[in-house]
Amino acid sequence: MIQTDLIIILPEIVISICAMLALVVSVYSGKDALASRLVLFTAALFVVMALWIGNSGGESQSAFGGMFQDDAYARFCKVVILLSAAAVLVMGRDYMLRTGLLRFEYPLLVAFSVVGMMVMVSAGDLMALYMGLELQSLALYVIAALRRDSINSTEAGLKYFVLGALSSGLLLYGASLSYGYAGTTGFSGIIESTAGGQASMGLLFGLVFVIAGLAFKVSVVPFHMWTPDVYEGAPTPITAFFATAPKMAAMGLFARVLYDAFGGVIGDWQQILALLSVLSMFLGAVAAIGQTDIKRLMAYSSIAHMGYALIGLVAGTAQGVQAMLIYMAVYVTMNLGTFAFILSMEKDGQPVTKIAALNLYANRAPGKAIAMLVLLFSLAGVPPFLGFFAKFGVWTAAIDAGMIWLVFASAIASAIGAYYYLRIVYLMYFGDDVDDALNGSGSPVLWGVLMAAAAIMVFGIVNLFGINASAAGAAAALVN
Amino acid sequence: MENLLSIVTLLPAMAALILLVFLRGEDAAAQSNAKWTAMIATSATFLVSLIILVQFDPAETGFQMVEEGNWLMGLKYRMGVDGISVLFVMLTTFMMPLVIAASWDVTHRVKEYMIAFLILETLMLGVFMALDLVLFYLFFEAGLIPMFLIIGIWGGANRIYASFKFFLYTFLGSVLMLVAMVAMYAEAGTTCIGACSDGIALITHGFASDTIHVLGIPVVGGMQTLMFVAFFASFAVKMPMWPVHTWLPDAHVQAPTAGSVVLAAILLKMGGYGFLRFSLPMFPVGASVMTDLVLWMSAIAIVYTSLVALVQDDMKKLIAYSSVAHMGYVTMGIFAANQQGIDGAIFQMISHGFISGALFLCVGVVYDRIHSREIADYGGLVNRMPAYALIFMLFTMANVGLPGTSGFVGEFLTLVGIFQVNTWVAVVATFGVILSASYALWLYRRVMMGQLIKESLKMIKDMSRREKAIFAPLVVMTLLLGVYPALVLDLIGPSVEALVAQYEMAITAAHGSGTLAASQ
Repeated sequence: MIQTDLIIILPEIVISICAMLALVVSVYSGKDALASRLVLFTAALFVVMALWIGNSGGESQSAFGGMFQDDAYARFCKVVILLSAAAVLVMGRDYMLRTGLLRFEYPLLVAFSVVGMMVMVSAGDLMALYMGLELQSLALYVIAALRRDSINSTEAGLKYFVLGALSSGLLLYGASLSYGYAGTTGFSGIIESTAGGQASMGLLFGLVFVIAGLAFKVSVVPFHMWTPDVYEGAPTPITAFFATAPKMAAMGLFARVLYDAFGGVIGDWQQILALLSVLSMFLGAVAAIGQTDIKRLMAYSSIAHMGYALIGLVAGTAQGVQAMLIYMAVYVTMNLGTFAFILSMEKDGQPVTKIAALNLYANRAPGKAIAMLVLLFSLAGVPPFLGFFAKFGVWTAAIDAGMIWLVFASAIASAIGAYYYLRIVYLMYFGDDVDDALNGSGSPVLWGVLMAAAAIMVFGIVNLFGINASAAGAAAALVN
Repeated sequence: MENLLSIVTLLPAMAALILLVFLRGEDAAAQSNAKWTAMIATSATFLVSLIILVQFDPAETGFQMVEEGNWLMGLKYRMGVDGISVLFVMLTTFMMPLVIAASWDVTHRVKEYMIAFLILETLMLGVFMALDLVLFYLFFEAGLIPMFLIIGIWGGANRIYASFKFFLYTFLGSVLMLVAMVAMYAEAGTTCIGACSDGIALITHGFASDTIHVLGIPVVGGMQTLMFVAFFASFAVKMPMWPVHTWLPDAHVQAPTAGSVVLAAILLKMGGYGFLRFSLPMFPVGASVMTDLVLWMSAIAIVYTSLVALVQDDMKKLIAYSSVAHMGYVTMGIFAANQQGIDGAIFQMISHGFISGALFLCVGVVYDRIHSREIADYGGLVNRMPAYALIFMLFTMANVGLPGTSGFVGEFLTLVGIFQVNTWVAVVATFGVILSASYALWLYRRVMMGQLIKESLKMIKDMSRREKAIFAPLVVMTLLLGVYPALVLDLIGPSVEALVAQYEMAITAAHGSGTLAASQ
């Protein structure tokens, strides 16, 4: 039934076709002349797709003999991915235009990587997993190096590419081992082979390599080394993109593999993930303290946040997956707001990323400073902001699963991590007056995203905008 | 009124929101608008909170005026007051207009200043009314943000160090409490503090107290002891108790006068309130296992910090250390766990709220004139400031615990309470009474008495009418509670009685089942 299969993957097909059409049109017309409009068009397309997918509830269904899963879980992830990618495109347009980076390839590459991400979270087979992952990664390698005349940017792209290829290799090796010992690449087949709660030694090796490969993509310790350099080297709008949609996709894929394929041997991967999680939280908290560049700081912050999100997976329950999804949605929102702020940091028209430039920022732009303050406290997990509830969710899930030591460790890590967020607040509100203070204000779009993100952090605590229920539905679809 | 408690809690925050959105500019008119808005909002909050007091029925022991609604993640939005919390609510709403009045001379970023204090008031009121674990934590912890900014933006020379120390110290203590809260939620299946509409309440839920082994070490009291310790980490820092008190002198010294007043009068009371609301009723076995340790920590705090206070050169620091010593009486009274002890502890907290608040205001009066907190920079002030000398005298005496002032009642009751439980601790703690007299009177002598010889003080002016007006309500309350303590004791009596009865019942049961035999 190829028709039904195609209908199921219609959103992915629509985005791909649009991207390819745009490619042809751009090449044969004025090339970069269309780029600015293309960005807006792509963002609009993403929003439309997000609305479509978000409203297309219904039963779980699969296409191409189980290669592609379309369930509530995949839909939740896709909506977050599409909306955040759209926001990043709109936010970064002005910046890319001013720095002369707005080539027509940029929105197209973003669109292709988003298609890859959508395939990732829907994967029902190791082959589909790898296809989605590579489509995403290849597009990301290129846009990391988009500023091709800058050493930092090309270095970022190259570093990302080499290490990414290595991790893809690990993943492939794991996949082939899994195939060898389970006799199939389909997730449903792999989980059947572990029906007795026992996995063969070869399959366990496969599992470990798959986890290592995926850990690289979500950038958790000890597979995090690329993150700070890529964050710093890539143009800021692209860093904003790296920090949001791909993180959601990789985390979504992580949960997908662990539950759909290896859900029968939860005990075997729980300990590995718990270790990754603890290491990430502590390294993220400690290493960020000494940073002077706000993009590097956000890189370490994202490493720590991935550690917290992993706690939800470690719990090994539907409640844990639900908490992880909420955590990721909140994390993505916080990062969008924070990067909107970073994009608006400029002096004499030049972008600035030094934290020291924020000295006494609150005197010059009190409104934006307050919004940023809210986001920073939310990132630190201080109540009453939404970031606290995200943490509370994963902690509750972990304690219900009897992992109190993990929660204890993450509590200590979050207290250490609070310091570097506070340091930015301190600079903005009671630092010293310096010469290289910021004097730009950024575009109204950035202001809007920043304010919206801060408002969500404050008013979301009333009912989380109802995503609690959809996350619960998504988790129930994945864990059964 | 149906939602009286929520209205009282949110009133200041609403005013803050109005200031945030509508007030523009930094000129004199805008500053005056900000001050008046804050003044009206805090006064209105106080007046509305009087309705709570009138409607409150002291004879009933449970929670009253309870509001309940569903919140996210299975949590509840639950507010309510009992005899203990209603008192702290009143203390908060009573002090805030005075705090705003004491900040009338602030000129730097007045709008943000007022917003910070208004938000802080909302959060403090929320702490005392919340009847859901997470809601409590939310208010408890969020209070750090405005206080961090208050110390950091409007504080003294070393404000950055002090603000970071304040935030990180208390944050670390609190996240441990949060872990315990999540564990409680997992075990009891509810976060309700009072009797919830959907089943068991945490207060009556008996948490497991069988001995367990952590890393091979047996823990008497099991889960209860562990949770007690986690909560203790948070409340002891907040209180603050020796040896985790070191953030307080720094925070006090660097904070602006109004910040010090709020810190001493209200924020420190959250720790004591937490002990009464959580530690004793929810983990009675854990509390009884740890009682001796807490009592000795309190006794050491009383003597040690009093001695430290003796050698201070800075007036604010001296009063800060005296606060730590007085909080020692509070923890001692609470963990005596009998009627007199707890009555005394609560009384001491309320009276310390008035007295230490007034003492910090006293320092603020001369600091505004001379811009120094060094004791050595003063001397002979009585010659030019008779009214100030009188008021300072009154509060010095109240701080010492002179009969007739509210300070006496609290100290006396806690000592009576502790004497029945642990005579040695009582003996050590009584030394604190003598020591407090020495540091307080010595401070008074050095600042007030003698000849006025310093050039800088020759032109100093006595208190203005506004300053006198700020002190008037504090003087009234200190003397009123000193001669008529029943005002407070009648209000808290039934609630404390119920608390003690429940605690003793749980301990007896634990002895009966043998859980506590090993430790006693």
